[in-house]
Amino acid sequence: MSILAILEQQNGQWHRMSWEALTAAQHLGAELGLPVDAAIVGRGVTSLAAEAASKNVAKVWAVEHDLLEIYTADGYTAALEELIRGTHPELVLFPHTYQVRDFAPKLATRFSQVLVSDVIAARNEGGLVLVRQFFQGKLNGDIRPSGAGPHFASLQAGAWRGDRLAVAGAATVETFTPKLEAANIRQKPETPFREAARAVDLTAAGIIVSVGRGIKEASNIPLAQELATALGGELAASRPICDAGWLPMERQVGSSGQTVAPKLYVAVGISGAIQHLVGMKGAKTIVAINKDPNAPIFEVADYGVVGDLFEVVPALVEELKKAHQ
Amino acid sequence: MKIIVAIKQVPLRDSQFRINASGQWIEESDLNFEINEPDAYALEEALQLREKHGGEVIALCAGPERAQQTIRDALAKGADRAIHIEAGNLHDLDTLGVAQLLAAAARPEQPDLILTGLQSDDLGSGQTGVVLAELLGIPHSTIIMHTEVRGDAIRVKRELEDGWFQHIEMPLPAVLTIQSGSNKLRYATLMGIKKSKTKEVKRLQPAELGAAAPLSAKIEKLYAPFKTKQTQLFDGDPKTAAARLVEKLKFEARVI
Repeated sequence: MSILAILEQQNGQWHRMSWEALTAAQHLGAELGLPVDAAIVGRGVTSLAAEAASKNVAKVWAVEHDLLEIYTADGYTAALEELIRGTHPELVLFPHTYQVRDFAPKLATRFSQVLVSDVIAARNEGGLVLVRQFFQGKLNGDIRPSGAGPHFASLQAGAWRGDRLAVAGAATVETFTPKLEAANIRQKPETPFREAARAVDLTAAGIIVSVGRGIKEASNIPLAQELATALGGELAASRPICDAGWLPMERQVGSSGQTVAPKLYVAVGISGAIQHLVGMKGAKTIVAINKDPNAPIFEVADYGVVGDLFEVVPALVEELKKAHQ
Repeated sequence: MKIIVAIKQVPLRDSQFRINASGQWIEESDLNFEINEPDAYALEEALQLREKHGGEVIALCAGPERAQQTIRDALAKGADRAIHIEAGNLHDLDTLGVAQLLAAAARPEQPDLILTGLQSDDLGSGQTGVVLAELLGIPHSTIIMHTEVRGDAIRVKRELEDGWFQHIEMPLPAVLTIQSGSNKLRYATLMGIKKSKTKEVKRLQPAELGAAAPLSAKIEKLYAPFKTKQTQLFDGDPKTAAARLVEKLKFEARVI
């Protein structure tokens, strides 16, 4: 019986959410009285595995194979299925990355289980209870995994803090070589690429005004631009605005865009879907302007104006101009 | 090409939710429903593939009676026919249970391709497509922006994190989960709406699709989220609210 944390790497570089998953595993290990093991998948990952071994874990598995050099859903699923069948963890934890979303549901299905995905909290209450969000973050739900394990859960970005990871000891690193055959890996991946160099570096902006679906039409974008100008900040947007082509993709904040942490972030007509929140909740001060008082953006806002943005934003621009006089 | 699009009916995005008497789900009686937005993009991708390669698009939907409206909308936009799995309470099943129903209904059709949205706006688990592929024993890829059929294979553009993308090729049949915003959505035409009324909708009962797996994860309780931050809210007259906000930003937060 153990908790197994699956750490993510690419080309020998850690995914930062790996440490968040391991922090969660340590926290739950203490609550449930279970030892924590970690696994890292790839080719030539023993030095990363050795680094993980210093993070207060019982054991680290370096899951190594030539066919795991580049990620594929088929390869990762087969490798981890074999490891889990051989080691019988009670709980398998993943960081909720795009890669995990691609293979972890498949892996759980091999054990007739579901992945409890995008978990924001977990506790021991006569057994494991996992908390996740429903309806775009408007409601939370407690999920109780039932029956014999292994149970599978992926953890939301930022829900556990990687900088709170306990560091101690030097655990055993064991190499695990799964039996993989090239013929069983059906996805043929090519080299990842970026569309174009980014002309706008939102991460360097001290003040960001970000606009969402509430702006309704492309012709209303200048309203948000005026606010950005009055504050001396950059204009950014949530995904739907960039998808619609109302602002260029390089101005998108969120899990598929840029992750920003300015001193002031003003969210205009943004409801606060988790994909957006993970990209901006590190801002020092967050202001939300939204007509829906139950919008999840208010969960992370320091200041909120509940009202029609088409009235509030012009009023705000005027007040800012006054304040500068 | 025979393409199945798995679509789901979900509450409107801006709905206000109340918890029902069981405490485990929402009160559905006062809500309005629509097609899950990423599924609308999956349908659009399927229709465009049919326009390029010919063939047939089948809308597959599990849900209660009210899902008929969403199915009719898909037919009006251009799906050729539909399969409705009449599952009264989808939330009594977990992802695996729903995917088992979809797999059982899809299997006899022997599709070349199955498309669905990358996640649902209600549960947001983002797993149904992946589990469906596993149950059918066919390859998959997720968060797809673009597809290109190459004989008996398909090359897709997959979105990675932080603005990165990757092309992946896999043999058909396959399951792809489609990202929102990957295409421009079409509207149903008057002709499409008229035609949809005569298109076939095959109704299937969950019982005839085989026993669902026992629940492996149950929603024990739904509730409004606890606030992690003390939010100072300003409402009422926009001018006053704006003035108070500027004052706070200047003298309390000291960020302007």
